Amino acid sequence: MKIVTANSLQDGAVVYLGDDDQWTPQLSGAARFEDSDAKDVLVAAQTRIEEITDAYLVSIDQDGAITGRETLRETIRKAGPTVRLDLGLQAEQCA
Amino acid sequence: MQLLKLSSHGRGRISPALEEPSQEVSLDEWRNNPQAHADATALVIPNDASVADIKKDVSGFDVVILDFPQFKDGRAYSQARLIRERMEYSGEIRARGGVLRDQLLFMVRCGFNAFEFGDVGAADAALREFTFAYQPAADSVAPIWRQRLAHARAA
Amino acid sequence: MYRYDEFDATMVAERAAQFRGQVARRLSGELSEEEFKPLRLMNGLYLQLHAYMLRVAIPYGTFSSRQMRRLAHAARKYDKGYGHFTTRQNIQYNWPALVDVPDLLDDLAEVEMHAIQTSGNCIRNVTSDQYAGAAADEVEDPRPWCEIIRQWSTFHPEFSFLPRKFKIAVTASDNDRAAVRVHDIGLRLHKNAGGDTGFEVIVGGGLGRTPYVGHTIRDFLPKEHLLSYLEAILRVYNLEGRRDNLYKARIKILVNAEGAERFRGLVEEEWAQIRSSGIDLLREEIERIHAYFEAPAFEKLPGESVALNAQRDGNGEFDRWLRVNTVAHKIPGYAIANISLKPIGGIPGDISAAQMEAVADLADQFSFDEIRATHEQNLVLPHVRKEDLFKVWRVLKAAGLATANIGLVSDIIACPGLDYCTLANTRSIPIAQRISERLADLDEQESLGELKIKISGCINACGHHHVGHIGILGVDKKGEEFYQVTLGGSAGEDASIGEIVGRGLSSGDVVDAVEKLVQFYKSERNDGERFLDVYRRIGADPFKEALYAAA
Repeated sequence: MKIVTANSLQDGAVVYLGDDDQWTPQLSGAARFEDSDAKDVLVAAQTRIEEITDAYLVSIDQDGAITGRETLRETIRKAGPTVRLDLGLQAEQCA
Repeated sequence: MQLLKLSSHGRGRISPALEEPSQEVSLDEWRNNPQAHADATALVIPNDASVADIKKDVSGFDVVILDFPQFKDGRAYSQARLIRERMEYSGEIRARGGVLRDQLLFMVRCGFNAFEFGDVGAADAALREFTFAYQPAADSVAPIWRQRLAHARAA
Repeated sequence: MYRYDEFDATMVAERAAQFRGQVARRLSGELSEEEFKPLRLMNGLYLQLHAYMLRVAIPYGTFSSRQMRRLAHAARKYDKGYGHFTTRQNIQYNWPALVDVPDLLDDLAEVEMHAIQTSGNCIRNVTSDQYAGAAADEVEDPRPWCEIIRQWSTFHPEFSFLPRKFKIAVTASDNDRAAVRVHDIGLRLHKNAGGDTGFEVIVGGGLGRTPYVGHTIRDFLPKEHLLSYLEAILRVYNLEGRRDNLYKARIKILVNAEGAERFRGLVEEEWAQIRSSGIDLLREEIERIHAYFEAPAFEKLPGESVALNAQRDGNGEFDRWLRVNTVAHKIPGYAIANISLKPIGGIPGDISAAQMEAVADLADQFSFDEIRATHEQNLVLPHVRKEDLFKVWRVLKAAGLATANIGLVSDIIACPGLDYCTLANTRSIPIAQRISERLADLDEQESLGELKIKISGCINACGHHHVGHIGILGVDKKGEEFYQVTLGGSAGEDASIGEIVGRGLSSGDVVDAVEKLVQFYKSERNDGERFLDVYRRIGADPFKEALYAAA
């Protein structure tokens, strides 16, 4: 399974493509795609250049958790720097 | 692709050029057989060609075309300066390929005076973005330090 | 310090306006990201993992209280209340929004600051000795020449699309604090036999994927010819440097492929053609720029401060800070005070807005309004009266800026790594933090003496690991972080590239490994020998054995 991620053009924040075709900061809100469909979804997402930049696919497992070689990188993107737990999405969720 | 030309060296007015059918010949073809290309008017120089000994070649052409295979491949900036300054070539030096709005001023400063570029409004705006320049180049703009000296001497 | 005149101010204001237009074109969709990226990079704006990152230039690391206060203001208004000092004496903001960057740049332009050429394949911010103008060991102040280079290289029309980025550093001391031998061009001001000062020109050093120590292509270049000689080097590089492979595009590859002799020949041939063509400044302009760097109004003071000697007696903590963090000044009664941005367990180079303001106030009151940023990610108050040092230290201590570890094992250079950087393979900061915590004891650190640890989170080597006495390079192995140790590197006048000592270690093991290496050094050293001296004397093998035996 794959999800689509990107950075929001205006502020650079990490976003995921949601089920409603809108961008969301929450990984839990990301729409899941079969590997076979994901490429087409990505190509469509990449045309939305006034909303986002640097869109690409991330692998997830059955439970929606990030998986594969880039797990650490994607985990840090999702949550924030591991050396500043007061910053990034992780900070909002603790507060 | 539209061709834009500067009205004079340095920072003149830029405007669309009338379509002039130019007869192009590549540097290699020209050097291999000049007789066969006697009616050529534009010499096309690839950006990996040495221009060190090119003075004789360019002197007979109205137009020299330098190439930017990608906008970020900047060899032709040096080629243009050498042709304009060292060879004292006074004809048209035309930029082809990856010619972007935000590079036009750099190109003008290096001696280009014609551009294969589509948007005359954007080009005109781009050439007006900076009043001064810190360093001398192939245009006629006096570098800032010379202007400072002139001010100081006048004062 | 240099101050902008109307020309400089106009250049920066027009640049800010130009970038505002470029951002607007990107936001409207007129520019694609592919087209916009090189434009934003030439203005120091990256897209990192979590957000945009803006790198602001601090030319040759010299700035004023007013500028520091504005940096603090920008950190609060446009970022998350902090900044990060880098190995090019610049500062980075990790969280600005693209839509805010034009306003941020306008705010900086008001205090003569900008982000011009802090990235991109152009001539980057020129760096220098952080003690310039204050050091007892310098031939002369190198900063006027840095400023001359800054102006010449700003929007150089021929050299804005080079094969790759291009970094120039200048020193004027035999004790090289600017790492000139590992730069694209390193310049060393020195006196020749005739008593004239000129530049040794070193070309083709660098770190990254393929580290090299540079080659001297000219022992003595008369100062007034600096710009024409630089232009000749850059022209040869622009025409001849490789563009087919990103990793072979730096000038070091060209110099080493051609051989230093042949490269020198190409440069000298080009220089012969342009040396009289009006590139070099006239004497009046050289003198005008030098005038900005005239020494501040130092007082005539006794070399020793009685008050200071009394203050250090019985205050071990202050006494240590004096020993470790202050350096001899060329004027009697003054000292150079280093401000460590490496608190034990902290993030190397990070500084809060409140700390920036504390440093600005100190510079205002006690250092003729001057601050320096160092390539080792610390700050300096360059001209402090000895009798003011105690007051300065108390303020620094209250601000959490008085860690007495300059040049010691916890004064670690680390790149931002995978916590921020989109190029990184592994994290760097947590390794620095754990090493610093493990070897926290300052008595022990001081007894170990000079020991430079440098950490990079990927092969691009922004953390300078190749030139660390102990270097650590993060590598990704199937999604796990591993760290490779190198030994024996140096960025100084005795520059050398460290050697890899064996297989990669896990993030836990690498901290143990550093401790083992340090202990082994202690057991092997003779009186006065630094870690690097011992390594050079006995070689890699004993260290390897110590590292991997009975692991």
